[in-house]
Amino acid sequence: MAVVFEKTKGLTDAPLHYCPGCTHGIVHRLVAEVMEELGVLDKAVGVAPVGCAVFNYDYFSCDMVQAPHGRAQAVATGIKRAVPENVVFSYQGDGDLAAIGTAETVHAATRGENITVIFINNAIYGMTGGQMAPTSLPNQITQTTPYGRDTNYAGYPIRVCEMLSTLDGVALAQRVSVDTPKNVMNAKKAIKKAFENQIAGKGYSIVEVLSTCPTNWGLTPTEALTWLRDNMIPYYPLGVYKDKEDVK
Amino acid sequence: MPKIIVNETICKGCELCIGACPKKIIVIDKNTINIKGYHPAKLSDESECIGCSMCAMMCPDIAITVER
Amino acid sequence: MSEKVLMKGNEALAEAAIQAGCRHFFGYPITPQTELAAYMSKRMPKIGGVYLQAESEVAAINMVLGASAAGVRAMTSSSSPGISLKSEGISYLAGSDLPCLIINIQRGGPGLGGIQPSQADYWQATKATGHGDFQILVFAPSTVQEMVDLVAGAFDKADKYRMPAMILADGMLGQMMEPVAIGEADVKLPEKEWATSGHKGKRKHNVINSLYIDPNVLENIVVERYKKYETIEATEQMSESYLTEDADIVLVAYGASSRIARSAVNSARELGIKAGLIRPISLWPFPKDVVAKAGDTAKQILTVEMSMGQMVDDVRLAVNGKCPVSFFGRTGGIIPTPAEVLEEIKKLAGGAV
Repeated sequence: MAVVFEKTKGLTDAPLHYCPGCTHGIVHRLVAEVMEELGVLDKAVGVAPVGCAVFNYDYFSCDMVQAPHGRAQAVATGIKRAVPENVVFSYQGDGDLAAIGTAETVHAATRGENITVIFINNAIYGMTGGQMAPTSLPNQITQTTPYGRDTNYAGYPIRVCEMLSTLDGVALAQRVSVDTPKNVMNAKKAIKKAFENQIAGKGYSIVEVLSTCPTNWGLTPTEALTWLRDNMIPYYPLGVYKDKEDVK
Repeated sequence: MPKIIVNETICKGCELCIGACPKKIIVIDKNTINIKGYHPAKLSDESECIGCSMCAMMCPDIAITVER
Repeated sequence: MSEKVLMKGNEALAEAAIQAGCRHFFGYPITPQTELAAYMSKRMPKIGGVYLQAESEVAAINMVLGASAAGVRAMTSSSSPGISLKSEGISYLAGSDLPCLIINIQRGGPGLGGIQPSQADYWQATKATGHGDFQILVFAPSTVQEMVDLVAGAFDKADKYRMPAMILADGMLGQMMEPVAIGEADVKLPEKEWATSGHKGKRKHNVINSLYIDPNVLENIVVERYKKYETIEATEQMSESYLTEDADIVLVAYGASSRIARSAVNSARELGIKAGLIRPISLWPFPKDVVAKAGDTAKQILTVEMSMGQMVDDVRLAVNGKCPVSFFGRTGGIIPTPAEVLEEIKKLAGGAV
């Protein structure tokens, strides 16, 4: 008998505080496993966002910096420019990355900042209790769109990977999901590539992970996975939106 | 014989492992309540486990260790 | 000491920072600090340093936060409206116990205000550079040479106390040219065992953070930080006194306005008025001991500022009612003239002249 699956050394022993069934934990594991497999935990520095994932500085076993809301990629830029040997990643939600931090995101991307960005898109603000996010779907009911997101009034969701894929500085922009074991495995491959790109000095890599928020969606964890599949994936198709390796 | 070990103290009973299990042999243990107040997951039939790790892959709390 | 060269204040600040071991500058263009960033963009690539033009002042200060967390000497510069944008990051730097240097080449406000020199950010710098209970070190040079001389010390003290430091200058000092000597400092940067630059398998992970959900923990951390501030207030007050020993009327002025105040003091002396000048060099910690002492001996204290009166609050607190404290200032980018200040001194002297 051999242990074929156990908790990665990329994570500390701290129990995760997330709600039952929240897929943040899956993505934390993937990021940590990738760093362990690439042997970079000793020189990795992560940047925690403001939002549900703020406490991830307690979970990742590498050095961590907690950034002001939306500023994670500016902070990551500062770390990377200061010590280029560091492997630097930011881990951000949709409010952090695509609302208050849009400028920091777009400009880190267009500078081709040699960092890895993990973007959790769960179409809602989790920590503050379920308000409309920049990625909330049309007609989606949230605390602040109680009659559904009216696009005539509240505008449309942002498709981050599509938007960033137009920028020359982006090495990789890929959207994945963690709703099934197969998709989890694909997500890990994408995250690994995003880190490998940085190690190879290829520039800005972002992996957008479609995730669930059962609590604020008002669904059970299992129902939330189904809702993600039925509603999010059609609006946010999975796939590679930019891969510099494809550009000859 | 392959098996899974669920860390009962950190399992939140979210059931994502149950949906992921191809053999449908994971259940919620209604007779156990952990310190956080959750019923943890457990194997209903250890002999059926194939050690595929699908459950562990979907576990958001990294509460599952798999042996094979 | 190296030979003197004629330099603009903004450029002198930049070169002094480089000499102090700073190799990481993050900025965003704004008048009247432009030459500082331009100088950095020219020099940094030649010496293996980083000059990065950010997308905003908000991003620039957060790049400073990241670089400082990684353990290097990092700085940014801006002018008044830009400092307002940086205030979020400055609060996080203070709350995360991170050192850095921030330059404010003040201009008139509020709002977009103007682009002429001002000292209207005194309150912002010394009382509320951002939200929460915290202080930053604030230094106010009055000559281009002093702009140079204060930079290394500001970096050193920021590192020593693990907190942000600010050079609070203004458009007049930033733009004026004076001969300066910039010595090549023998810089020994301190070890920063708290830095987040990879644990290299040798220690538990470092975390740079300003979030404490438990109010008891947060209170304790803030209280500890205030003990540090107490030490700084007791040991780091800096000021220059000019003709104060026998002075009946003591002026208090810093930075550009202290130059005018000094001229007015000289003119007053020529008229037989015993005037003197206290020039605060550190604005936080405010040199309250020296000002309090002046309150014991002077008949009148006159604060001169390029604002509607901000530092005068600290002067009054220090003097604590021991003698009358009055204020004279111009604002909006107007620099007071020595003649105007002399008139104020003459008024205070009453029938004495």
